[in-house]
Amino acid sequence: MTVNAPANPNPPEAAPAKASSRTRSEHKLAWMLCAPAVLAMLLVTAYPIAYAIILSLQDVDLRFPDEGGFVGLSNYSAVLSSDLWWTDIFNTVFIMLISVSIELVLGMAIALVMHRAIFGRGVVRTSVLIPYGIITVVAAFAWQFAFSPETGFVNNLPLISDEMDWFGGRFSSFAVIIMAEVWKTTPFMALLLLAGLVTIDSQLYEAAKVDGASAWQRFTRITLPLMKPAILVALLFRTLDAFRVFDTIFVMTRGALDTESVSILGYNQLISRLNLGLGSAVSVLIFLCVFLIAFVFVKGFGAKVEEGRPGG
Amino acid sequence: MERSGRDYALWTIAIALVVIFALIPVVWLISISLKPPEALTDQRFIPSDVSFDNYKSLFEGGIDDSPFIKPLINSIGIALITTAISIVLASFCAYAIARLEFPGKRVILAGALAIAMFPPISTVGPLFDMWRALGLYDTWLGLIIPYLTFSLPLAIYVLVAFFREIPWELEQAAQVDGATPFQAFTKVIVPLAAPGVFTAAILVFIFCWNDFLFAISLTSSDASRTVPAALAFFTGESSFTAPTGSIAAAAVVVTVPIIIFVLIFQRRIVAGLTAGAVKG
Repeated sequence: MTVNAPANPNPPEAAPAKASSRTRSEHKLAWMLCAPAVLAMLLVTAYPIAYAIILSLQDVDLRFPDEGGFVGLSNYSAVLSSDLWWTDIFNTVFIMLISVSIELVLGMAIALVMHRAIFGRGVVRTSVLIPYGIITVVAAFAWQFAFSPETGFVNNLPLISDEMDWFGGRFSSFAVIIMAEVWKTTPFMALLLLAGLVTIDSQLYEAAKVDGASAWQRFTRITLPLMKPAILVALLFRTLDAFRVFDTIFVMTRGALDTESVSILGYNQLISRLNLGLGSAVSVLIFLCVFLIAFVFVKGFGAKVEEGRPGG
Repeated sequence: MERSGRDYALWTIAIALVVIFALIPVVWLISISLKPPEALTDQRFIPSDVSFDNYKSLFEGGIDDSPFIKPLINSIGIALITTAISIVLASFCAYAIARLEFPGKRVILAGALAIAMFPPISTVGPLFDMWRALGLYDTWLGLIIPYLTFSLPLAIYVLVAFFREIPWELEQAAQVDGATPFQAFTKVIVPLAAPGVFTAAILVFIFCWNDFLFAISLTSSDASRTVPAALAFFTGESSFTAPTGSIAAAAVVVTVPIIIFVLIFQRRIVAGLTAGAVKG
């Protein structure tokens, strides 16, 4: 079903003459019911982002509370001209692109296994929900301990050097971070894709089989085109989520060895260095990046967001 | 339909891979948590010796000295309170959206979707500043408010999807049969809506339970620090012991109950996670 469909399944059957007063009271009731939730949602988004914009135009450093004042866009030019920001953007986009690509392939494979399984469908569904139920920080610790040269079992596996220091280098750290992210979020991808798969009419496959299409042809000519809307929405939500990557990196490297993401940069400026001016400029830039990603998906790829839903 | 033995073998391998992949970190955490300190670096996946010392140290010293009990209470309390408030507000809103026609309905749904995409880091700085001025920094309420904001879109979407499936005409039918409007609502509608509400509640609880960014940014002590934040700041028994064992034990304590819960209610959770994702 479409969440955003304007059609009401039970339209009020008011007589035209009385419609206006009845409609008006219905509008009033609807707004009274929605107002608390709407206010609660705006409270911690609209006002803080406006406040963040104001802070980002000022020199606010809580370590030096007496200094300050309006500084225009100089916080933005400081952030945008720093190598750190661009390194972190690269890191974030790198982690985002690779983890979402792997998730899409794995998620599709798991969805197909669940959809086409001859047996064991329940077992697969049960297991993919385990990563969903685990706290991201806990999963990050589990993988960190597994890959650590001291406590981990990974270096004992065949084909992997006993001496491998995963967190001693930038890209080997990324490998572990991406693997933890993929483990945690593939289930959500798989479930969304499965929901799209089950809507495809199985007669299409039977007809294609009769016409002699191979399994791969059936997948690329029937499954993929018909699932395009579901895939785009799943990709949009996962991409935005991956762009915000924070927990896993914080636990595994704290951003050491150039593994920082933009969210870690924002946190360090705001909370560790208490530089609210610079930190807010970072926050606003992250907000604009997220906006840009959503815009590209909706306008560029034609993702029908109104058919989507917030991630779990 | 005939299936060859080869098909069964391939499916068995595919299913086994998925199950192993999902289970490895959980089994591994349990394994480390049971290793005695001297065996921590033996690199074995399954411990050779089993000891419960890591669990004992978590709860040692009672509520005042244990590094874990207070964060656990904070996590449970904050998540439960947020879930309760979020579900009540979202139910009102979702009821209006599912049943009533009014201008602004699309705006509310679009706004909720936008908030679900909103980067939380963008609000952390302002909240940190505002909460210190308002005295909400390092309090339960200071975390409940942002959790409420970011869990409401999820709750509203799940509930709208469920509420649209409810055959509301049964309510009128009950009234025709002589039930009062209140009876019609409590005896007919509430039982029909309960599964959806319960599903939304599980998803919101897991969302709050999982949060890390707000938990480390807006808290500074055991007064309100939740488990994920406390884990990141765990220290060993002494400065010479790594906290690995304690972290693993704490991780198992907060993970196993949730996993059992998730598995019991898996059908509901799958329905909730994919509610509204597909036209049907």
